Amino acid sequence: MLVFILKRLFNAAMVMLAVAFLAFLIFRAAGDPVEIMANDQMSIEDKEALRDSLGLNDSFVTQYLRFVGNAARGDFGISYRNGQKVLGLIADRFPATMELVLVATILSLVIGIPLGVLTAIHRGRWHAEALQFVSIIGVSLPSFVVGILLILVFSVILGIAPAFGRGEVVDLGWWSTGLLTPSGRAALVLPAISLSLYQITLIMRLVRAEMMEVMRSDFVKFARARGVPRWRIQFRHALKNCLMPVITMTAMNVGALIAFALITETVFQWPGMGMLFIQAVTFLDIPVMAAYLCIISFIFVTLNTVVDIAYAVIDPRLRHATR
Amino acid sequence: MPSPVSRDTVASAKPAQPIARPSRFARLRQSDLWYSFTHNKPAMIAAAVLLLVVLAAFSAPWIAPQDTYDPAQLSLWNSELPPIWMDEGQMPFLLGTDTQGRDMLSAILYGSRISILIGIASVILSLTVGLTAGLVAGYFGGITDNVLMRFGDILLSIPTILIAILVSALAMQALPPDLREVGAAAVLVLAIALSGWVQYARLVRAQTTVERGKEYVQAAQLLKVPARRIMVSHILPNTLTPIMVAATLNFGLAILTEATLSFLGIGMPPSQPSLGTLIRLGNQFLFSGIWWVVLFPVLQLCLIVVSVNVLGDWLRDALNPKLR
Amino acid sequence: MRFTSKATIGAAVVSCMLASSVSAETLRWGSPRDIYSLDPYSYGSTSNLAFLNHIYDGLVRYTPDFDIVPALATDWELIDDGKAWRFNLRKGVTFHNGAEFTADDVVASMKRVSDPKSPLRGNIPLYADVTKVDDYTVDIAVTSPSALFLNDMTNIFMFDADWLKDNGAEEPTDVGAKVEGFATHNTNGTGAFELVSRVPDSKTVLKVNDNWWDEKKHNLDMIEFMPISSPSTRVAALLSGEIDLTDGAPLQDVARLEAQPNITVVQRAELRTVLIGMNRRDTLKDGRDNFFNDLRVRQAIDMSIDRELIQKRVMRDMSRAAGTLIAPEIPGYTEELDKLTEVNVEKAKALLEEAGATGAEFTLLCMTDESVNEEDVCSALISMFTRIGLKPTLDIGPRAIQAPKRNNGEADMFLMGWANEPTLDAYSILSQVLSTREGAAGVSNRGGWSYPELDEMVKKAALELDREKRLAIETGAMQFAKDELIMLPLHQQPMAWAMTDKVEDVAIGADNKPRHWLTRLAD
Repeated sequence: MLVFILKRLFNAAMVMLAVAFLAFLIFRAAGDPVEIMANDQMSIEDKEALRDSLGLNDSFVTQYLRFVGNAARGDFGISYRNGQKVLGLIADRFPATMELVLVATILSLVIGIPLGVLTAIHRGRWHAEALQFVSIIGVSLPSFVVGILLILVFSVILGIAPAFGRGEVVDLGWWSTGLLTPSGRAALVLPAISLSLYQITLIMRLVRAEMMEVMRSDFVKFARARGVPRWRIQFRHALKNCLMPVITMTAMNVGALIAFALITETVFQWPGMGMLFIQAVTFLDIPVMAAYLCIISFIFVTLNTVVDIAYAVIDPRLRHATR
Repeated sequence: MPSPVSRDTVASAKPAQPIARPSRFARLRQSDLWYSFTHNKPAMIAAAVLLLVVLAAFSAPWIAPQDTYDPAQLSLWNSELPPIWMDEGQMPFLLGTDTQGRDMLSAILYGSRISILIGIASVILSLTVGLTAGLVAGYFGGITDNVLMRFGDILLSIPTILIAILVSALAMQALPPDLREVGAAAVLVLAIALSGWVQYARLVRAQTTVERGKEYVQAAQLLKVPARRIMVSHILPNTLTPIMVAATLNFGLAILTEATLSFLGIGMPPSQPSLGTLIRLGNQFLFSGIWWVVLFPVLQLCLIVVSVNVLGDWLRDALNPKLR
Repeated sequence: MRFTSKATIGAAVVSCMLASSVSAETLRWGSPRDIYSLDPYSYGSTSNLAFLNHIYDGLVRYTPDFDIVPALATDWELIDDGKAWRFNLRKGVTFHNGAEFTADDVVASMKRVSDPKSPLRGNIPLYADVTKVDDYTVDIAVTSPSALFLNDMTNIFMFDADWLKDNGAEEPTDVGAKVEGFATHNTNGTGAFELVSRVPDSKTVLKVNDNWWDEKKHNLDMIEFMPISSPSTRVAALLSGEIDLTDGAPLQDVARLEAQPNITVVQRAELRTVLIGMNRRDTLKDGRDNFFNDLRVRQAIDMSIDRELIQKRVMRDMSRAAGTLIAPEIPGYTEELDKLTEVNVEKAKALLEEAGATGAEFTLLCMTDESVNEEDVCSALISMFTRIGLKPTLDIGPRAIQAPKRNNGEADMFLMGWANEPTLDAYSILSQVLSTREGAAGVSNRGGWSYPELDEMVKKAALELDREKRLAIETGAMQFAKDELIMLPLHQQPMAWAMTDKVEDVAIGADNKPRHWLTRLAD
């Protein structure tokens, strides 16, 4: 068991090292940040001096080693754009993104699971088929279109929800939350719906597929033969059996959802990590881009590793299986 | 461990295998599929819509009223005309024009062509890479397998959208400007396919590992049939079912990803707009009263992706043996 | 030239369904971009400095009509035969932390801004040294007696010397040292407002400084500054009453906004002139002979541009088509030079044919985030150039990626804006853009052109102390630039501010700088 866990952790570490290399490699190709920082009046000598002091004239290997060493200590340097510590910049925006992702995840579970059950047990009836079709539209609509539509309808035409930003936030230590103020909660509604839509349809479809499979399984047939009521089978036995994959997928998808949130954040001007990243991309703010890539991958890899280990704890057969 | 196989069995089985087995299966599948298709209305409608859209998009150079790639054909004098059924609408601008005097219908036709092309190309590229990598990794195992699959793991530990953004933003900027218009589409294909292949590789690898242990493969190996031939003509056909479903759904996803990148401003340039670019440009005019510059591209994009997904959905159910 | 908007005061329907705890005296200001830093010496960005001017003051400042008026200095004079300026400082001014403003603060500030690491150093090219005379008098040595030094000083804000020292911020933020500057996050100025909180990219809150030295003309208690980069979101926020004012109303939405009963839009042409520049080195970047060096090609290009059509359609009648390289407000401008070139496609084609440049391929470098509607302007230009038989390609991208290419001379043709700020004199464009690139001259000469005749004139203008004579020389140089078509003027770009009827009075100058110490809200 311990060997398995250590192996998984080692794997995760190797992946992270490779991601760091990618981050570094990609951003070395990204052009000259000095030209961006300089204003019109800066002379060529001043620019060269700045380039030197940024370490941009060192060798490739030196720069990579420095990058990994610093990153491991959480030091991603200073943002070219606004002269602040990158980690601080990201930490400031972390709560905004996490609250958005968390609320979207909860929404997707609360809406997705019942809908999935409904479409599974009412398979073939018109409302279930209609829902199934709507879910296809759900996965087909680009997230930015959904966001624009929501703003158009609920902010501009109806005027019942804010079109941008996060409302009033309250600081709880280092975590700033928008959940405690009315304006903060109001501001969360549209972005969370927009972000969760895709996830809702995914979960709904997963639950539907799992339910239909479980309902055909022997133990359900046996239970029905024993005269256990239909609803009891559906909710006590079948649903319970398909919750495991749903939770697994949800956990693994949180990382993707954080990355995906960058589109929602851009549309709704939500002050999260994703918006920071998109702004960094336009500004060629290499330290911020590199840090974002590493942090997102870190969350992603951590979640996957935890899920793997948790599975192995539950089901010992998996310990010897290779991926 | 290879199990002992008698030479006679192999020799007699060999000529029959490559010809008869796959084709019989294929025919069976096809007829089953066809039956299921003709009894599924949404799938038929989606297929019809998709066929129409694709045909229209690819005949854009002949049917579009305007060549949107030729700047000399655009004139500011014709800018912001509403669709033809409105008071100020003018021929030949059926769906109106944008702020550059670009005919929306033509822009949508050309835009769909780009979007669909990028979708198809990225699926083909990731399929090619994924199938090859999966077969090679599964068949040879060992270090090749390890390297390929670890590389896949790394790619999968970065969300797809992030990879696509990074690759296209950086590649676009590395290209010289005169190549950028030509190269933009290629960059997007690459950016989307870069993480797309891993899924296919994993599917094929899993299947290959299973098939490799089977007798017919071992037999073929004993007969010194080249590894490439074993993989391509024996193992590959057995993995096609899940691959087909994944490829269809990924085609829709690729079009969405391209649209998203173009919407974020790191996709197709405004001189060669894809549907996503058109939506990005139109989005600035959401409140300006020229709704047609954003509504029509949005509708077209949704139409394409919904049809693809309806088809993919049907295909998945139709090919899933458990649901038959 | 003062331009003040009077929004309808009567029947102020309070449309605050979304306004939460915000009181009536809070100005919610939605801007197209965030400020980069709270440190006024960290970036030479005009919008950044304009925002920080609410927190910090300089020794002198501009009125919205560009007159130099006293701020932290009450008066000044040239001394030592024009080798230095003596500033008498205002007494009784306190910083937000209560410290008194004295000569030591000026010395520390001037040392900080002129530090080799200071990005703002280039903004005061005439500065030489600073010395304290007594607590309320300082001498600033200059390399030239030009009065333009005072214009430059409007952008140099005063820090508290002790505050800088106590917080280890005496030197400007050094991006290379990988440490954050204290002044990047914290402020201590003498300005009309003081900082309450700042969340980058989200919200920066200021509150009124009751001890401000100047007469309080505004009636604000708070300013909430919120960057909203997407134009349509900005409009949505204004329509739904989430913001009271934006200094970046998208041109395409002005009509819609004006139609709203409770929204006022103020728009006018800015000082900034958008110019087209061409590569003028011997060969283009790809090694071809440079056809732009043929005057006939430049004339043909000039003739192909329908400036009035761009003004009418792309800029929606809100820009001012330009015939010369500077705006009418800039000293050195003359009406005679400001004649639009007539559009003549046939003649342009003939000129190109004559020069053997028909079908010439080149790229036009544009940015998505620099001048107003640049993407549309460039697309229109491409189609106009194509029509006379050229083969242009559009190279458009964000400033971060495009600026280096433009500055390195890799662009065949490019757009750039020049506002002549903070100097506000034709000398600015003549010396920094049109002169041959050499030392401090021609730092923004991005096409590599060189006209010794023009350089001579610019040098003469620099030494000329008499204003009228100097302007005459400058006008001569502008005439030369027009004849040679060194750069092609396009337009003075428009600026549009939109506000709800909560905003009663706001001062808007042609420099597009917000001055909310003059803003009044309806009760």
